[in-house]
Amino acid sequence: MKPFSRRRRGGVTATFDAGEAALLANLARQVIELLRDRHGESVADSDPLAAQLGLDGPSLPPEDPVLRRLLPDAYSGEESGESGEFRRYTEQSLTAAKVSHAEAVLSSLVVGGYDPDAGEIRGQEPVEVELGPEAVQAWLKSLTDIRLAIAVRLGIETEEDAARVAVSDDDAVAAMGDVYDWLGYVQESLVSVLG
Amino acid sequence: MGDVPKTAPVEHADTEVDSDVALDLVVDRPWVTIVWNDPVNLMSYVAYVFRTYFGYTEEKADTLMMAVHQEGRAVVSSGGREEMERHVQAMHDYGLWATVQKDEA
Repeated sequence: MKPFSRRRRGGVTATFDAGEAALLANLARQVIELLRDRHGESVADSDPLAAQLGLDGPSLPPEDPVLRRLLPDAYSGEESGESGEFRRYTEQSLTAAKVSHAEAVLSSLVVGGYDPDAGEIRGQEPVEVELGPEAVQAWLKSLTDIRLAIAVRLGIETEEDAARVAVSDDDAVAAMGDVYDWLGYVQESLVSVLG
Repeated sequence: MGDVPKTAPVEHADTEVDSDVALDLVVDRPWVTIVWNDPVNLMSYVAYVFRTYFGYTEEKADTLMMAVHQEGRAVVSSGGREEMERHVQAMHDYGLWATVQKDEA
């Protein structure tokens, strides 16, 4: 990956190897799938306002620990009992927003030359993404959601856990840990050019 | 001082007052938005969110970010309940772990 840099006219740009682009797209799609599993296809194209006004959402937090982290309770302290009511009115619009961030990442990659239908990655051209202000926000948020999801699956709850994953003997854990670290690098690179 | 009229002694033997409730009536504790530490979000990103979403200066954003990181949580805003709910919803959109509650002070 060639890290993010500023374009003269305000946008930011980065270049991903075809394999990196495919990985990122795959992770974004998994987050979308997970969010849709909770709310069905309707969140895909519903606008947040309609979701908030028209539909009554769930008041119980998700059972899946990743979803529980992406859609957390909103109240704490003596008022923590208020979380369910708040969730009922807001969870669907939050879900729709998160789906749209992930879709924006996918669409930037496609515009940059990523081909979702290409089977073989080897030999493919790098993917150069160019992000305007809105896409930058979507990328920041979606990279965060993806990292949160992986962290939950890896059982990262403390900073010590994160260090433990990095040196794991389990190849699958170590590989996922590498992806997690790489996503952190991508995000750090994006934040650093925003000033 | 001249003659101060004496007031009748207040009868309160039969009345039990919940001192917590009484305090709430006088001191209107504000609602607060709390951001909690997590091992995932980058320090640079958290400070960026505080700068861009709340419009805080770099110095204030960094101070709050360090408070979250070192103390496990920080009050990042206080005010009316609906405003704090909007902030929490926005923080969740950014992927930060945030909650709203009455100020504990």
